[in-house]
Amino acid sequence: MIRSEILREIAPILRPHLVVCNIGLPSQELHSIDDQPTNFYMLGTMGLASSIGLGVALAQDKTVISIDGDGSILTNMGTLPTIANNVADNFILLIVDNGSYGSTGDQPTYAGKLTSLTAVAKACGCENVVECQDVDTGKVLQEAIDSKKMTIIVCKCDSGNIKLPVITRDPVNIRDRFMEAVKA
Amino acid sequence: MSISKKIVDDFVANDVSFITTVPCKQLGGVIEECEARPEIYHIPSNKEDEGMGLCAGAFMGGKRPAIIMQNTAIGVTINTLVTLTQFYRMPLPMLISYRGELKEPVACQAEMAVHTKALLAQLNIPTYHFHKEADVEEFDAILKYTFMCNKPVAILTDATFWGGY
Ligand SMILES: [Mg+2]
Repeated sequence: MIRSEILREIAPILRPHLVVCNIGLPSQELHSIDDQPTNFYMLGTMGLASSIGLGVALAQDKTVISIDGDGSILTNMGTLPTIANNVADNFILLIVDNGSYGSTGDQPTYAGKLTSLTAVAKACGCENVVECQDVDTGKVLQEAIDSKKMTIIVCKCDSGNIKLPVITRDPVNIRDRFMEAVKA
Repeated sequence: MSISKKIVDDFVANDVSFITTVPCKQLGGVIEECEARPEIYHIPSNKEDEGMGLCAGAFMGGKRPAIIMQNTAIGVTINTLVTLTQFYRMPLPMLISYRGELKEPVACQAEMAVHTKALLAQLNIPTYHFHKEADVEEFDAILKYTFMCNKPVAILTDATFWGGY
């Protein structure tokens, strides 16, 4: 499965929760599959989806799911020790690991070669790290939500993109709508 | 009262309850004070752009954030300041140690010091420079201003302000 197929499958699971979605195609895909006020779309700033999501989770009680990529985690690898040492049991980091920089044309990442993000997350001190195959993502994600334990999911899947328009919604509108949903 | 305590008192009085830090020798006292206060969730960052991501999230989650870092971090965070903090219009007080100013012993720090104010000006970031100890009296007003206008705001604090390095 490619990322857009996974997002389509897990959209009903994501819908009731706060979601921080990674820059580029992941946000465009989620926006076109199931736009919700509870979704925060990153329009720039590669690498920070996990940091933003952790910040939201630490500041309030609702469940927060950050949808990140292998390339973005590699960009901001320092995020994993911070997550491990600041446990928020309402936080789930879903790393869609397709072994490539998808939004820029599927150039290979080191995560698709010798580097295991699962092993890195564990070595950083994250307690609940689950590596799964694409087809099992929905089941693993639902279990993580139900467990009420901070969980890092590394979802191994195929690289590949679908063609979608960019998000034209104003960033202040995205942010304001998301903050209203946080408070609701 | 120590300057560090006064600064953190002002954070608390302005409901700033989520503070991320990347250490600098000059900021040791204020970081220690943040860690000691029960009103503040202190979360050390590994890099300043990561810290700004945490602050953006905390703000959207309903808390008032702040970042404490060195001026070298301006070089690290320009993209984040522009495409996250400013693009989404989020407030962020940045308490910055202004290394490379008078009394600096490390030559390399002067290299970034000469660019610091120019970069902040280029980014249209309101910038305040604390040089004398009494300058700290403005900190409370700067925090109120930051959360009024929803902008990143820089407070540069040099070695003379901290009583020598
Ligand atoms: Mg990828």
